[in-house]
This record gives sequence, structure tokens and C-alpha cells, in this order.
Amino acid sequence: MQKFTTVTGIAVPLRRSNVDTDQIIPAVFLKRVTRTGFEDALFAAWRLDPDFVINKKEYQGGRVLIAGTDFGTGSSREHAVWALRDYGFDVVLSPRFGDIFRGNSGKQGLLAGQISEADADTLWNLIECDPGIELTVDLVSKTARVGDLTVDFEIDDYTRWRLLEGLDDIGLTLRDEARIDEFEATRESWLPRTLPALSVESTSTP
Amino acid sequence: MTNVIPASQVSSRTGLRTIAEKVWDRHLVTKGQDGTPDLIYIDLHLLHEVTSPQAFDGLRLANRALRRPDLTIATEDHNTPTLAIDRPIADPTSRTQIETLRRNCAEFGVRLHSLGDIEQGIVHVVGPQLGLTQPGITVVCGDSHTSTHGAFGAMALGIGTSEVEHVMATQTLPLNPFKTMAITVNGRLRTGVTAKDIILAVIAKIGTGGGAGYVLEYRGEAIRALSMEGRMTICNMSIEAGARAGMVAPDQVTYDYLQGRAHAPRGADWDAAVAYWQTLATDDGATYDAEVIIDANELEPFVTWGTNPGQGVSLSGSVPNPAEIVDANERSAAERALEYMDLRAGTPMKQIRVDTVFLGSCTNSRVEDLRAAAEIIKGKTKAEGVRMMVVPGSARVRIEAEAEGLDKIFLDFGAEWRFAGCSMCLGMNPDQLEPGERCASTSNRNFEGRQGKGGRTHLVSPLVAAATAIRGTLSSPWDLVSDGDQ
Repeated sequence: MQKFTTVTGIAVPLRRSNVDTDQIIPAVFLKRVTRTGFEDALFAAWRLDPDFVINKKEYQGGRVLIAGTDFGTGSSREHAVWALRDYGFDVVLSPRFGDIFRGNSGKQGLLAGQISEADADTLWNLIECDPGIELTVDLVSKTARVGDLTVDFEIDDYTRWRLLEGLDDIGLTLRDEARIDEFEATRESWLPRTLPALSVESTSTP
Repeated sequence: MTNVIPASQVSSRTGLRTIAEKVWDRHLVTKGQDGTPDLIYIDLHLLHEVTSPQAFDGLRLANRALRRPDLTIATEDHNTPTLAIDRPIADPTSRTQIETLRRNCAEFGVRLHSLGDIEQGIVHVVGPQLGLTQPGITVVCGDSHTSTHGAFGAMALGIGTSEVEHVMATQTLPLNPFKTMAITVNGRLRTGVTAKDIILAVIAKIGTGGGAGYVLEYRGEAIRALSMEGRMTICNMSIEAGARAGMVAPDQVTYDYLQGRAHAPRGADWDAAVAYWQTLATDDGATYDAEVIIDANELEPFVTWGTNPGQGVSLSGSVPNPAEIVDANERSAAERALEYMDLRAGTPMKQIRVDTVFLGSCTNSRVEDLRAAAEIIKGKTKAEGVRMMVVPGSARVRIEAEAEGLDKIFLDFGAEWRFAGCSMCLGMNPDQLEPGERCASTSNRNFEGRQGKGGRTHLVSPLVAAATAIRGTLSSPWDLVSDGDQ
């Protein structure tokens, strides 16, 4: 994963709350077995409407999405994050995220920053007055700047650190592999195992 | 982050713990320090074809093994057809995804239940049915409805594909501790009111983001009175309130469900397991970060009118008027929802006519759900022009239902009796709504386009689904009685 420090790019105002991951990427696009190539799938149903914000020419090349509260609720599909990344978004700012979506974002270098509802409103108004205006997101200071305005965003310290360092989770965990081995040695023998496969028929004799 | 902290030091200051904290503490591999997450051991990893291919690819690219195939199991569910399952899957992309899962499971030594196998079915039906889902364990799956398994007192989390890969490689997950919320459901449900109505009412009450950051624990007299199937229905939709998980403390109902299942412990192991399970219930006096209280006596059959599961109302109520909603966000969401759903404020819910009734999904496709619906429709006639589709949660559920003659009741009624899978819950297979079609669905999400582009979904219980199929408008069994039970 690439290190993330600051991003400057066109901000896109998405004035909608409860944008679930089915809206970010409809299920029909989940049949692919690759991790890339989802840019056309992003908001696929809403993009059929020529007036949808993403379709407006001022917002082409947008890199920072400003969304309403409860963004990324619903299905766990990481495809939602891949679609946002493939389209070109590096940052989503929202007053509240779905937990799984927020976790997925951190794994894929998409900054999911939490802002207040008042700041979301201020940013929407400001951007809509000057469509295409660029916004700078600074992960070091946890701020978003546009024109004279600076708003703070929240992100948990661990995700911030991993994004700043561009670290891979599995590599980090495997540093503690000896601990995992130790833990496994203490697990009770009766805990369920999937192998060998048992059936009621084969185990019903006392 | 290298010291294992004894459970007693992790617990709340009083030393009294909730079930969620107990299961968490028991699975702590390393305790996070200075803002790093805890590392939690995962006892059971469930896989399906949609969220696993990129994770297997990641393992291959990094030349990593799948650490514990014996704690991993896969099934085919999201893409699988529910008709003609003996023929090749028609949609080439669906077929590729299924074939990719088969290849990956063979390569990494993962047990797979493929289409045609008696244990094939929706991943959240298969785990409990095999007895793999047990109290006090940690369960993950690349699917948000993994919360279902919390009905057994397991900590069950839906995860993304990167986390799937992480569990494959390490059998652990780095996780930040959650807050706890008690959902206490006092009293007794009236006849005709079900677990589905409880959870729809809970979500309407706390909102789709109300559970964010929390593990919900369902407790109280009405929860204790539920079967395991009912508890699974409730825990299943915890994610719809934004929660990371939902749990119910295990009791005799849990043990009775598990005993004798293929992977349940036996003999001395059973006794040891039960001894552990009996320690799991939340300690008297333990505190929650939040509590919600629901009175079961007052609950009625509940349905949704909008495009998120929090937009629900009692079936006896009406479509709300957005102008009367104070919160600006909720008001604009309601306006959008009514436009999409083609509904007018003030319309009684019972006057809403449907085209399709879907009985299925990981929320309501177990044999008890099918039995409850069959009992309502038995000997009745389906409303003219209404299509009803019944999709059992697993091949085993289908066979059990057929042994009881339920298939015949559905077929006589004029419903379609299908093979197992996720089906019309999300329409990744051919089972989809047409644009503008309206559906009473026992599934979990009424999102725009969820059941097919332009489709309109009302979430309902199996009983409401059955009564609606008879009357053609959103109805409950109570309405059949007032019809004179013709």
C-alpha cells in the first residue's frame, strides 16, 4: 500500500444520507474475480441519471467525496471501496460510516474521515458555490482545507498510522506469529473443526 | 503489542463482564497498546464465492498458505441458480465465480459444499445446521449477515475481503474493542408477531446507524422464549442497525438445538463444552454502554415502507408524511424513499398491493420459517396475479421441508418451490424483480435496486409474507381472521 500524507483534488458533494454499499456498487458487479476494474460500477444505478453529481462536468476527476451521514452501511462488499478507488477517489468525508466499510477503506488506502454534520453542510454549500474547487486533505494534521476554510476530521490512530506508513496488515500480524502459535496450543480440543467432515449419520452411534 | 493480558484485567472496573466481553477476552492473542488494536483469534471462518476470490489471489501472490483449513468451510450460495441446478450455470460470470471457488478450495485444502451437495446452501444456514456454530466461539465471514451466528452466543462478525485474506493467512484479526448495547425485550409476543417484527421494530427505533460501534446483546423474557431460528433472525439483522454483531446468551434452547448435530461435541467433550457455555451469560450487575428497552406485548406485525430497514412502521399504520419528520437528513431520505417506492404519505400500509412474495434469505429460510408460512397458506388460494417464490436456506432444509410435505402445500397454493441459495434477497442469480415490481420479502434489505433494478421491497415476516400472498395486499394473519378465515 502506498503511503498517504496529503491529497489535493476536486471535491464532490454527495448530498445524500444512508448511502448503502448496494448503491455504491450494485450486486450485479460483484461477480468478478479480480480486484480492479470497478470504476464503471461506482454508483452505477444513480449514474444513469445525467443530473447525478458524479456526471456533472465540473466534478470530473474528483478525488474527495463529501457524503451525508451513514455512508457505506449494509453489505460487507469490499468492492465498494475498490470501486471508489478505481474511479479515482482517495478520500471520503462523512459524519458517520458503516463500520465494515470504514474498516475496508483502511485496508485499501481510502481515507474515511469523520466530520461533523455542520461541517459537511458547510463544505457542500461552499463546493456547490464554486463547483470544481480543489480541496486538500492532510492526514498528518487531520484537516481538510478548501479556500479559507479548514475543517478537522477524525480517524482512529491505528488506521491513520498504517495509512501514513503504507503498512500491510498481514505482515504486521505475522510479526506476532509466535503468539498465535502459543494461543493455538491452549485451545480446547472440543472446539469445532470443519475437517474431517462429519455427518449426522456417521456420528449418531454412541 | 506482545503481552497477553489476563481476562480479569481487560474487563470493566467492576470485574463483571457482558457475554461480548467474555468471548472477546477468551480470544485475545495480544492486547493492543498505544492505540493499536487487539489481535483476536478466529475459531471458524466461513467462505462463499463472492468475497473470497480476491483473498485467495492475495495469498497466492504473497506465497502464503491458508493457516487453518480445519477451521474453514466454504459453500456456494450468492450466485447459484434455484432452478435446474444440475445444468451448467447459464450466466458466464456467475459460473466463473463458482468455478474459481471450487479451484481455490481444492488448491488450499478447504472443505466445500457445492451445488447438489446436501449441505450446500446459504452460508449462515449451513454453519448452524452442521453444528459448527457454537456458543462462545468467534466466527467471521466475508458477508455482513455473519451476525446471524451470534444467536448461539458466538461473537460473529461480517468482514471485508482484505480481512478474509488476513484470517486465511493468520487465523486472527486485528480489532478494536466494541461498545456494548443491551436490547432488552420484555413481555410476551402476541400470536402472529414474530422475531422478525422484533428486529424491524428495534431498527426503526435506533436507526440504521444506531448500533454503529456496538455489539448488541438481545435479552429479556421475549428473547428467551424464542427458538434458535427466531434468535438467528434477530441477530441476522443486527447489521441493519449498523452494529458489528448481535448476541444472545446460550441457554437450554441453544444446547437442545446443538446436541446431536454433526459437528457438535460428544460425550465428555459435550459436558466440557456445556460447562464453558454456562459461564458465558452476562454477569448480574455488569454494565452496558447503552440500553434499549422494547415491550413485546405492544408489538404488532411490522413492515418497511422505505429504502432502508429503519424506515418501518406497524402494519396497522400508514406511510409517514416526510413533512412531519423533524431531522432534515431523515426527511430528505424519506422523500427520496417515497419517490422510489412510488408511495404517498398517509396511505394505509394494508392498502399496498404487491406483485411478488419472496420467502427466503439468511434471515427467514429455515424450516421453522417455511413451516410457519405453510401453516397460514394451507388450503387457501393465492391472490390473483401475485407470484410467490419459496427458496429454502439450504439443500438440507429443502429435504426436511419436503419430508414434512411443506413443498406440496406451497405448490398447491401456487407458489414456486426452488432450490437453496441467497436468490432474490440480492438478485445475483436470475431471481430478480422487474423494474417497478413491488415485493413483500422476508429478506433483510429494502435498499434501492437490491432485489433487481427498480424493484421495490417491503421487508416482512414469514407470516406477513404468507398472509400477503393470500390477500394480495400487505397483510398479517390477523387480517385473515377478520376476513372470516375463508
